[in-house]
Amino acid sequence: MIYVDYAATTPMMDEALEAMLPYLQEHFGNPSSVYAAGREAKKGLEEAREKVAEAVGAQPAEIVFTAGGTEADNLAIKGAVAKADPKRNHIITTSVEHHAVLHAAESLESRDYRVTFLPVGADGVVDLDALKKALSAQTCLVSVMLANNEVGVVQPLSDVVEIVKQNSRALVHTDAVQALGKIPVNVASLGVDLAAFSAHKLGGPKGVGALYMRRNTPVEPIVHGGGQERGLRSGTPNVAGIVGFGVAAEIAAAEQASEAERLASLRDRLQGGVLEAIDDVDVNAGGAERVPGTTSLCIRGVEGESVLLLLDSKGVAASSGSACASGSLDPSHVLLAMGVPPERAHGSLRFSLGRNSTEQDVPAAVEALKQTVERLRSIAPKFAGRSA
Amino acid sequence: MSKPKAVVAMSGGVDSSVAAALMKEDGYDVTGIMLKLWKGAAANNDSGCCSVDAAEDARRVAQVLDIPFYVLNFADQFSRTVIEDFKQQYGRGMTPNPCVVCNRSIKFEALLERAHAYGAHVLATGHYARTLLRDGRYRLQRAVQAGKDQSYVLYMLGQQQLQMARFPVGSYPKEEIRQIAESLDLRTANKPESQDLCFVPGGDSHAFVSQNVPQGSVSGPIVTADGRRLGTHKGFAHYTIGQRKGLGVSAGLPLYVKEIRAGDNTVVVADAEHLRVDGMDLDQVSFVAGAPGEFRASVMTRYRGAEVPATVRADGGSARVDFDEPQPRPAPGQAAVFYDGDEVLGGGTIRPAE
Repeated sequence: MIYVDYAATTPMMDEALEAMLPYLQEHFGNPSSVYAAGREAKKGLEEAREKVAEAVGAQPAEIVFTAGGTEADNLAIKGAVAKADPKRNHIITTSVEHHAVLHAAESLESRDYRVTFLPVGADGVVDLDALKKALSAQTCLVSVMLANNEVGVVQPLSDVVEIVKQNSRALVHTDAVQALGKIPVNVASLGVDLAAFSAHKLGGPKGVGALYMRRNTPVEPIVHGGGQERGLRSGTPNVAGIVGFGVAAEIAAAEQASEAERLASLRDRLQGGVLEAIDDVDVNAGGAERVPGTTSLCIRGVEGESVLLLLDSKGVAASSGSACASGSLDPSHVLLAMGVPPERAHGSLRFSLGRNSTEQDVPAAVEALKQTVERLRSIAPKFAGRSA
Repeated sequence: MSKPKAVVAMSGGVDSSVAAALMKEDGYDVTGIMLKLWKGAAANNDSGCCSVDAAEDARRVAQVLDIPFYVLNFADQFSRTVIEDFKQQYGRGMTPNPCVVCNRSIKFEALLERAHAYGAHVLATGHYARTLLRDGRYRLQRAVQAGKDQSYVLYMLGQQQLQMARFPVGSYPKEEIRQIAESLDLRTANKPESQDLCFVPGGDSHAFVSQNVPQGSVSGPIVTADGRRLGTHKGFAHYTIGQRKGLGVSAGLPLYVKEIRAGDNTVVVADAEHLRVDGMDLDQVSFVAGAPGEFRASVMTRYRGAEVPATVRADGGSARVDFDEPQPRPAPGQAAVFYDGDEVLGGGTIRPAE
C-alpha cells in the first residue's frame, strides 16, 4: 500500500505503542486511586501531560486531556461560550474550519447565538479585514484554525490574535489538530487562549486529544461526572492512550524541523510530478503558506470519487473532500469557500505525506494517478454532457 | 487470469446484500457501491434507503463478504432528474413513477458509467427480474416469483444497459434469498421490506407533494364531466386518475377521478362506466431488443397492476395502445410496459388524455 493520507490519520509510532503497553495490564490502576497501581497510572498521566505541554509551549496545568480533537474543539467552543456573559452571544469563526468547529458553532447558532463565518480568499487565507469588521462588544469567542485539514493552508494566527485582542475582549481558540508536528507550535507565543490537539494525527493512538487552556481561561465542562482533569473533563482518563499521545507529541515536536524539510521536498516533487504527468490540474492554495506534506489538487474532467476508487484498487490510499457520516463524499466546503466552482471541487484530491513516507512513494503515487486519470478521461467523452 | 469485475448496487436491504453474495459466488471480483441520492431529512430517517443506518448495514454486509464497499454521491443528479421530474409531473396533474426515472437516469446511466469507468464488466442490482441472451440479443424477463417481479420498473433498459446489467436475485423466490442471507450470517437477513419512496421522509408523500408542489396543493372544485360541483379537493396534485377512495363526494354510484385539470385547479370525477377508455398514447417509448412496429402485447399500466391484452403501434419515441376491451383510464405519468408472456418488450410513459 502507498499511504498518502496522513492528514486523515497516521500509523502509530513504535515508541508510542511500547510506552502504552505497560498501562494496559501492568499499570492498569485508576489514576484517581490512592494505592500503588493507581499512583503508577497517575504518574504516566502526568508525565504525558508534561510532554504534551512541552510540545505545544504550554504549562502542564494548562493541558486537559479529552477523547480526541473533536471533543477538545467542542469543549473550547461550547465551554467558553457557556461561561461568557449571556449578553455577549456573538461567535466568529471561518468558513474553512474542520466540521468539529463548524458544527459546534452551528449548534450554538440554533440556540440564540449569532455566528459569523469569515470568508477566505482564493488562497484559503482568512480575510482579516472581515474579522476586524465582525468584532464587536458582543463577541465572546473567535475560533480560527491554525492549519487547514483539506488544503493545508496555515492561517495568520498571530495577526488574528492581535486584531482580536486590540479590538475586543473575546477569547481566541484555534483548532491546531493539523498543525502540531508539521509546523512549529507555541501556544504562548501565538497568544491564543484555547487550542485543540489530537494524538492520532501525529503518530499517537486514536481517541485521544487535548485542549490547551491558558491559565484562568473560563471554560464550563461539557462532560460532567467524577471531576477528573480539574473538573473540566470527567471520566476515567484513557491512561494508555494519553501516555501514547505524550510520547508521540514529544517525538513529533523534536523531529518537526527536519521532517518539515523532508516532507515539503517530497510534497513538492509529488505535486510537480503530477503537474508534469497530467494536464489540466490545479493546485489549491498553492501560493499560500501550507503545512509540509500536504497538497490539494483539482483534476479537471474527472470525478474525485472515481479517482479514489481506482487508486484504492491500485493500492494507493488518498482522499478527497470531507467524508460524511454515510461515507460518501460531498464537494469540499473548504474549496467552495475558496471560490472553486462545485464541478471542479468534485474532482478534488488530497495527498498528505508523513513520517513513514519515502522517496519511492512519490513516483509510484504519480504513476498510479496518471494511469487512473488517463483511464477516466478516455471514457469521459463517450458520456460527455449526460451526467456531468 | 484475473476475475471479471462486478459492481453491485447495495441499498442496505436483504435483496442487494444477497445479490452481492451471489455475484461473488459466481466468480466475480465484486465491489459494493451504495448510492447517496438524497440530502434531505430522509437521509437521517432510519426508513430511508440512503440513511446512515442503511449505509452501515450495507458496509457490514460487504465486510462479511470481504468485498470493497464505497458510498458514491449522486445527490445532485438525483435532484436534477428524479426529484425535478417528480415535481414537474405532479405540477401538471400527472402521477410519476420516480423509480422508473431513477433506473433510467441514475442506476442504469450515471452509476453504469461510473461502474464502467471503474473497470467493471457487469453491474448487478437487487431487482427481481431476469436477463438472458437469445438470438444474439439481451432479453429482460420477469422474476421466477411472479409476486416479487420488478421487471415493470426496468422496461427502459436497452441492449447497451443489459449487456452490463445482472439481476441475480430474480432467479430465486424471496424466501430463498432470505435463507441465503441467513446462512451467510448477513445482518440484513431479516430486515423488513421497504415500500416507501426513498426520498420521502416517513413515507408521507402527501406532505412531500404539499411542500414541493405548492401550486398543486391549493383546494379547488371537484366536478362531474358536465360541470356539476360535487365537493372540494385539497389540491389537484394529491389525486391520481382512477382514484376512488378519499374523494369525500357521493352521488349514488362510486365515483373515480377521471381527469385532473391543473390549469384551472379542477378535479373531474365520473362513474366506472364513464372512466373507461379504448386506448392510450405513450411518450418516451423504448424497446429492450428492437422496435417491432405493430404488435400484440399484454400491457401493464401500473406497478403490480393487471395485464391487459392490446395492440401496440410504435412510431419512433411514441406509441398508440388500443386495448382489446375498454379499460379504466390509466394515470398519465405512469409507465405502460409491454409483455410477451414473461418477456418485457419495452414500454413508455402514459400521455395525458387530449
